[in-house]
Amino acid sequence: MSDGATLNERLLLEVARLRIAFVSGRSLLPAVDGVDFQVAAGETLALLGESGCGKSATALGLLRLLPAAGRVAGGEVCFEGRDLLSLPEAEMRGVRGGGMAMIFQEPATSLNPVLTVGHQLGEVLARHLGLSGQPARERSLELLRAVGIADAERRLGEYPFQLSGGMKQRVMIAVALAGNPRLLIADEPTTALDVTIQAQILELLRQLQAERAMGMLLITHDLGVVAQMATRVAVMYAGQIVEEAPRAVFFSAARHPYTQKLFAALPDLARRGGRLETIPGQVPPLAEMPGGCRFASRCEYAWERCRRQAPEWRQVAVGHRLRCHLDALPDAGASAGVAAAVEVEEAAATPLLSVDALRVHFPIRRGILQRTVGHVRAVDGVSLELARGRTLALVGESGCGKTTVGKAILQLIAASAGSVRLLGQELGGLAGKARRPLRRRMQMIFQDPFASLNPRMSVGEIIGEGMGALRIDMQRQGRAAAIAAVLDQVGLEAAAAHRYPHEFSGGQRQRIAIARALAVQPDLVICDEPTSALDVSVQAQILNLLATLQADLGLAYLFITHNFAVVDHLAHEVAVMYLGRIVERGSVDEVLRSPQHPYTRALLSAVPSARLDAQPEFIRLPGETPSPANPPTGCHFHPRCRQATDACRERYPATSVLSATHSVRCHLYSQDAAR
Amino acid sequence: MAFLPVILWSDVLIWLLFVAAGVFGWLSLRNPLWRTAWQRVGRSRSGMASATVLLVFVLVGLLDSLHYRPRLENDAGHLASSDAVPGESAAGKPPAAYAVEVLSLLDAILTPLRTRNEKTYSEPLATRAYAKESIESRDAAGELQKTRDYPRLKHGGIHLGADEAGRDADIGQRLLRALALAILAWWALAAATAARLAHREACAHREAWRRIWSNESDFAWNAVLAAAGAVLLVALPLGMLAVHYHVFGTDKVGQDVLYQVLKSVRTALVIGLVTTLVTLPLSIFLGVLAGYFRGWVDDLIQYLYTTLSSIPGVLLIAAAVLMMQVLIDNHPQWFATAAERADLRLLALCFILGVTSWTGLCRLLRGETLKLRELEYIQAAQAFGVADLRIIGRHILPNLMHIVIIALVMDFSSLVLAEAVLSYVGIGVDPTMISFGTMINNARMELAREPMVWWSLAAAFVFMFALVLAANLLADAVRDAFDPRIAGSA
Ligand code: SF4
Ligand code: SF4
Repeated sequence: MSDGATLNERLLLEVARLRIAFVSGRSLLPAVDGVDFQVAAGETLALLGESGCGKSATALGLLRLLPAAGRVAGGEVCFEGRDLLSLPEAEMRGVRGGGMAMIFQEPATSLNPVLTVGHQLGEVLARHLGLSGQPARERSLELLRAVGIADAERRLGEYPFQLSGGMKQRVMIAVALAGNPRLLIADEPTTALDVTIQAQILELLRQLQAERAMGMLLITHDLGVVAQMATRVAVMYAGQIVEEAPRAVFFSAARHPYTQKLFAALPDLARRGGRLETIPGQVPPLAEMPGGCRFASRCEYAWERCRRQAPEWRQVAVGHRLRCHLDALPDAGASAGVAAAVEVEEAAATPLLSVDALRVHFPIRRGILQRTVGHVRAVDGVSLELARGRTLALVGESGCGKTTVGKAILQLIAASAGSVRLLGQELGGLAGKARRPLRRRMQMIFQDPFASLNPRMSVGEIIGEGMGALRIDMQRQGRAAAIAAVLDQVGLEAAAAHRYPHEFSGGQRQRIAIARALAVQPDLVICDEPTSALDVSVQAQILNLLATLQADLGLAYLFITHNFAVVDHLAHEVAVMYLGRIVERGSVDEVLRSPQHPYTRALLSAVPSARLDAQPEFIRLPGETPSPANPPTGCHFHPRCRQATDACRERYPATSVLSATHSVRCHLYSQDAAR
Repeated sequence: MAFLPVILWSDVLIWLLFVAAGVFGWLSLRNPLWRTAWQRVGRSRSGMASATVLLVFVLVGLLDSLHYRPRLENDAGHLASSDAVPGESAAGKPPAAYAVEVLSLLDAILTPLRTRNEKTYSEPLATRAYAKESIESRDAAGELQKTRDYPRLKHGGIHLGADEAGRDADIGQRLLRALALAILAWWALAAATAARLAHREACAHREAWRRIWSNESDFAWNAVLAAAGAVLLVALPLGMLAVHYHVFGTDKVGQDVLYQVLKSVRTALVIGLVTTLVTLPLSIFLGVLAGYFRGWVDDLIQYLYTTLSSIPGVLLIAAAVLMMQVLIDNHPQWFATAAERADLRLLALCFILGVTSWTGLCRLLRGETLKLRELEYIQAAQAFGVADLRIIGRHILPNLMHIVIIALVMDFSSLVLAEAVLSYVGIGVDPTMISFGTMINNARMELAREPMVWWSLAAAFVFMFALVLAANLLADAVRDAFDPRIAGSA
């Protein structure tokens, strides 16, 4: 791609003025409105955007796989010189999988659960390469090895349920590659995966692309992934591409106000303790797109012309195109949040919450008599302390038991052993009635704002429920006023009380969930990944809200998450969990700046950074997290640890204290190893 | 009083159900979520068309659920009142005597059909009987002559007099008149609908009319009108002809088949609706309990329904019905009239059907509850320390309602069919009670007869088919509107 001529020769996909609409009742709602882009062989175009901006619809439209209500309303899609939109369906089937292939977000649902891996691969091979029998088998093995699956012979005969999430995504990629596609469309390929697995898959995709000189259209909402993968970046907003630039330019000199806001909304160290930049308002609904610039209602630079006239798609530098009236940009840094790093004074005398050697074991029952044959050690001896007004982040990958810790503290799950004390009072032994006064002191905010609100209850009823159950504000008048007050606290209008959850967006629902928790005036709020289902700009709003509430009400947060950027922004202390145990804990600076445990280091290195310069070397973790039903002997981490010694295989390491606040469980730091 | 009201148990239940449906409808209109779901049903064309047809059936059923005993004329009264109300009045006035026979409002409306019985089989629209008989007549010479011929019917086509050849022309004329009347009635109905719509949406008549037919109204008026048109086109000619003919013929004892078919509707409705009164509480209560509390409660309930559903249903029902029959036969003193006995037997059948068929829905609800209880809003409620029963009432039940409604409409048609099968096997309703099942059961012999008697079966079949098809189509529409997976998350 050194000069324009070769670029043009190797141009794979050209999309011009593509418009996609969805039928709704009697009208057509435009979801994608005049999108232009090209993908050349060997390059990755990242299509970046928040949910609902039309990026997935674009991808499905290219393959002509739109859902029943979707229509391609106009434009051209040229793939290797052929116009895909006018191709007959029979030939289109040859293009799908053969010319371009797609990888979907959810590995669990994109493989057919009743067919073996070999069968699913064989199907594609037979369709596109005409292979069957022994040659097909050999090719399948080759593909599985290419996507880094060990023991490929055995895997060929297995069913999807026998594979882990990361493995399924690898198989999915192998299936996509089976037809030797020239263009790979990856729709959020790693969103459902843990960071360490995500890093593996991204590395694999990069490597495969380089080997095969494939073009790749990567659809994502994650700036970190973009920084790692993209050659060029296109940002979508409300059905249009608003900015397109080569990666280096994009990360250093993005010009569209929306792009800048996206960067500013990312939580990171520079703005720690301060407020995150947010984008006010919401994406306008499809049915009522404004006539002028679609971003105008949320843009701080908008002036009268923006509302009147839709901006042109114009080139501002080589390869850098923009849809904005603004010529020279006001200084981008000026509006960034003030980094008022408010240092909270060190921990108060009595901890609000203290958890000691908490264990939660789930029995595994087998046979007709339901005998207990073993235990899943979801939480295996966790101790932590949390003071008023502080935030403790509990980080780890899925299946490490962090959510179980949260529920056990709330007494939603009975602990098998250990103690949970709130304000010095033991919770475990209390009966339901006696527990009630303590119930109101701690609440939980859940991950999925769509599953955490009862769709059949109005917002007022949802918020009032806790007050009713805990006998707060029993008079009617007081109740309504109280509900209005908490709604106001989380930034919603009082009128919201009469509406139902489905009328609200994800971010608003999360606010309602927070209001429900706040309504009983708790001291401790357990936040279980409260922002992982939200878009970046909404996430920023919620994080700001949580920070404000903490400052105003002196709440303590137990923040359960896998997102290190959020941890960095919000937490005071961090505890890293692996297979039911805390392996490292300390203050944010200690754990994130100088991680000691090999697992913490690997985890941090796998987090894709949204800066071009900052990506540390990726420490590749072999394999995946083992099952907590049957943890490895000795240090649970030893099968994946590069520094494992004999001692690691025999004994679980004791806690080594590195500083007043920093401790780690690893033989590398234990006293006898030092000696 | 000219009649003595008789309140049968099944009447009470039917009317209670009717009231309950009204209350439920009112409640769901007040709840925006339910309202949108019902509006989705209202937009479904097949759903609304079948609802219109069902409404006609329900109307027939309701008319047939108001029972009374007519007062007998004084002179005849003394003869017929073996169990007339006692209590001689001092004034020597003869006591009010009421007939033993329990009639319904429908019977009163259909009096001509009910009373004009022939001797035996006659074909639809026939003027003569179906079998030859020896007829004695005097010829011109006054000789007694014996001939074997098809005897003239007592009622069918009697208005024609001797002019039996004019039957076809007469029928044709009546049909034409009925047709014209149907079109007229339909036109009036359609115009009234358009006028109402125009009034409500404040637009011109013409515009309202266009909206109805180009499917742009928020309610499938075009389907309702089309279905109403079809009903009118069938009902009016039937009514016109039924006055003078036996439209569907007569059965073995000479009873009009059209009358029987109309009477069967109520039996089918009772079976289809009252049974759910038994199944719903059982399956909701046990299903939710099992799913919510798990542990030994779940084990127990699962054990119960697996055992129950592993016994062949027909055997269980047969055993229960036979037991009940013996019980009823041994206690004739419990019942004042034959109708009461038949009625109780019908209810007992509903009960037995209900007790044996709750397992499917129970299993469904248990699974759904298991899924729901893991949802975060339930955990949030638990974190507030909300009591279990309250969680079930406020969070779980409302989210199960769509399954219950879908199951309710789906089960209706299968229960109607089940009644037919059971009566056919001989363990269904009381033999004196007219139902689709008993009609089909009788048809067993009639089909074997030479020449074959086909109209009973055909009439029963067509009516039952219409009823079940309408119920199934409505069930589909309701499912599409209420199932969150199909109707979207909202
Ligand atoms: S055109 Fe105007 S409103 Fe739109 S992004 Fe540019 S400055 Fe903002
Ligand atoms: S104890 Fe050993 S295996 Fe475990 S993390 Fe430390 S070095 Fe690695």
